[in-house]
Amino acid sequence: MSSVESHPFNLALVGTPNSGKTSLFNALTGSRQKVANYPGVTVERKTGLFTTPGGRVVSLVDLPGTYSLRGRSPDEEITRDVVLGRKSGEPVPDLVLCVADSTNLRLTFRLMLELKATGRPLMLVLNMYDIAMRRGVTVDVEKLSAQLGVPVVTSIAVRKGGTAELLKRTDEFAAQATSPAASDHWRPLSTSELRALQREADRIIADCVSLPARPHTLTAQVDRVVLHPVAGLVILVLLLFLMFQAVFSWAQPVMELISGAFEALGAFVQANMPEGLLQSFLQNGVISGVGSVLVFLPQIIIIFLFILLLEDLGYMARAAFLMDRIMGGAGLHGRAFIPLLSSFACAIPGIMATRVIDNKRDRLTTILIAPLMTCSARIPVYTLIISAFVPAKEVFGWINLQGLVMFGLYTAGIVSALTVSALVKFFMWRDYEPAPFMLELPDYKLPRLKSVGIGIYIRATMFLQRAGTTIFSMMVLIWFLASFPRPPAGATEPAIDFSLASIIGHAIEPVLAPLGFNWQIGVALIPGMAAREVAVAALGTVYAIEGGKEAAEQIGQVLASKWSLATALSLLAWFVFAPQCASTLAVIKRETGSWGWMGVTFIYMFALAYIASLITYNVAVAFGAG
Amino acid sequence: MTQNPHHNGHSLHQPILLGNARRGYRGVVQAIDPHRGTSSLQPVELESRLIELGFVEGAKVEVLHEGIIGRDPIAVRVDNITIAVRRREAMAIVLM
Ligand SMILES: Nc1nc2c(ncn2[C@@H]2O[C@H](COP(=O)(O)OP(=O)(O)OP(=O)(O)O)[C@@H](O)[C@H]2O)c(=O)[nH]1
Ligand SMILES: [Mg+2]
Repeated sequence: MSSVESHPFNLALVGTPNSGKTSLFNALTGSRQKVANYPGVTVERKTGLFTTPGGRVVSLVDLPGTYSLRGRSPDEEITRDVVLGRKSGEPVPDLVLCVADSTNLRLTFRLMLELKATGRPLMLVLNMYDIAMRRGVTVDVEKLSAQLGVPVVTSIAVRKGGTAELLKRTDEFAAQATSPAASDHWRPLSTSELRALQREADRIIADCVSLPARPHTLTAQVDRVVLHPVAGLVILVLLLFLMFQAVFSWAQPVMELISGAFEALGAFVQANMPEGLLQSFLQNGVISGVGSVLVFLPQIIIIFLFILLLEDLGYMARAAFLMDRIMGGAGLHGRAFIPLLSSFACAIPGIMATRVIDNKRDRLTTILIAPLMTCSARIPVYTLIISAFVPAKEVFGWINLQGLVMFGLYTAGIVSALTVSALVKFFMWRDYEPAPFMLELPDYKLPRLKSVGIGIYIRATMFLQRAGTTIFSMMVLIWFLASFPRPPAGATEPAIDFSLASIIGHAIEPVLAPLGFNWQIGVALIPGMAAREVAVAALGTVYAIEGGKEAAEQIGQVLASKWSLATALSLLAWFVFAPQCASTLAVIKRETGSWGWMGVTFIYMFALAYIASLITYNVAVAFGAG
Repeated sequence: MTQNPHHNGHSLHQPILLGNARRGYRGVVQAIDPHRGTSSLQPVELESRLIELGFVEGAKVEVLHEGIIGRDPIAVRVDNITIAVRRREAMAIVLM
């Protein structure tokens, strides 16, 4: 039919959480959407185009996983609306691919029967067929297809060619498809209807699927240790501790290489370019500024590596289980654990991930505290100050003292997040009834080298892109502010003393002086509102310009000579709390749908930052560190 | 460990609830009674969710793990998947 050829064939991926929908989406469209081994990874709809072997253009939409069309949480509502064609301006899917984890068919089959009742054209995809075969699960596909009354295909989303059959059948289906009817038969099912569907699903499984005599035991054996009430928590704490130690110890050699390279580059520019504005711009603005941030790439890769490995293994849902009651004490929902742990990488995906929390209050509390978790953008700030002020010695024989301080800062973030949440619960929502925690614990899977590699590659390029755009443009601004106006001829003071930066810095100095911050820090904090790393780069530039001839010196050494220990500690305390990230605030605005909550976050974090720095500075001075 | 009807005494008068079951307990779901327990959910909603996670009459369940505080939540094997659930919601699941 020519009308079908003229617009793309609309295909939607629907299925229970963690059945491999996004893996299929990536395999078919060549995208790199986030895949991980826990329920609730995808929280948005994502569309991609591809062409089938038969030459048909297909528009594929990946949707959040769901157990039913009831739409209990924001992510599940998206799925329902797309399937039913309720979203205006959205094409109604021509074919819904119901994706099942072949090792775990019960819940998907019930969903499948519910989907069938909507009247949408359907195809059942038995994904993860490799695992099912390995475990000795056999499915009579013909019989199944006859009983369900829909085409059934098997697929292995993560293997090359694993979607061939799916593509072939899609082509066949599309060739004879008629335009989808926009009719909407769906209404929420009553509990007796749900039961009836589950019975029917169980009957079909008994008829068409033969399960292995011996159940899969590896996951059970691992869980005996990992989910042990005491050993499990010890393992969780050790994992986090190892992560923060690794950020410090493993990255060091590579970081030294990178910073050495930038120093050499700076020296080269100084030696080979005529002295003047251009030389200063390249050396102080670009190399000292952007370079001082790029040095932290290895650490950011390590933290992402840890989180990606835990996600792919299937550990995250377990951690949520272990932490549920403990977090409940602070007024948080167990499911908040995964978003909060993701926030160690970056608060933005963390805040997005809160969509899986169905209770509005639980979700809002989690959004409010997510920015307190130590994101990777704080790593440059922390590392810079720690390396300048904390000696790199071993304590207790094997623990790196700098790593220990880092761990302390992460702990400070966690503790303050839990405290804020407990206070919110106490003052605002005292009548709060804990929302239920119900979560499927998926079988462990060995992380796939390729997917971890791609995950890291994506994060690393994002970081580099930020360095090239946000950070670079801020650096140009700071270099400009710190260089103009030029000093009058014959002036003996450093040039920067005549600059706009100095004027601005001195203007805000009175506010920041009680915290032990000098005017250079003030100048760095303002552009640092865009992103935290910018503060480091800004300090690099400001001190490089001020330093004049010794500019090639490392920024850390400069700080160690210019700041007191009390100032350094106070700045660390500041960065634990301060909302220095415009993108996070924007995401809070979007996800809460209100400027009000964004404002609340901004103000409470600034207040905490100011108070924490004030206390830290004064206590440190009292102990003689001023 | 298997279900021991003698050990659990008066099972005729006082049904065994998944929410009270200890680690290692095995049983079969007899009914879902959302009015038991103290979940904050509406009974219909609670019942729907439990069914959607596979807790229907006749499903085999086994308590695999317990949390550290108040032995809560619990990880339950339901046929061939594992579900984490709090005891207050599990109270709605009547076993036999
Ligand atoms: N062995 C094997 N693993 C698979 C297959 N498909 C997906 N996986 C793995 O299963 C896990 C879940 O995959 P996702 O694609 O994130 O699942 P999803 O359905 O998008 O999950 P949600 O977004 O949470 O609903 C990941 O660890 C994948 O690597 C498959 O065919 N074979
Ligand atoms: Mg997904």
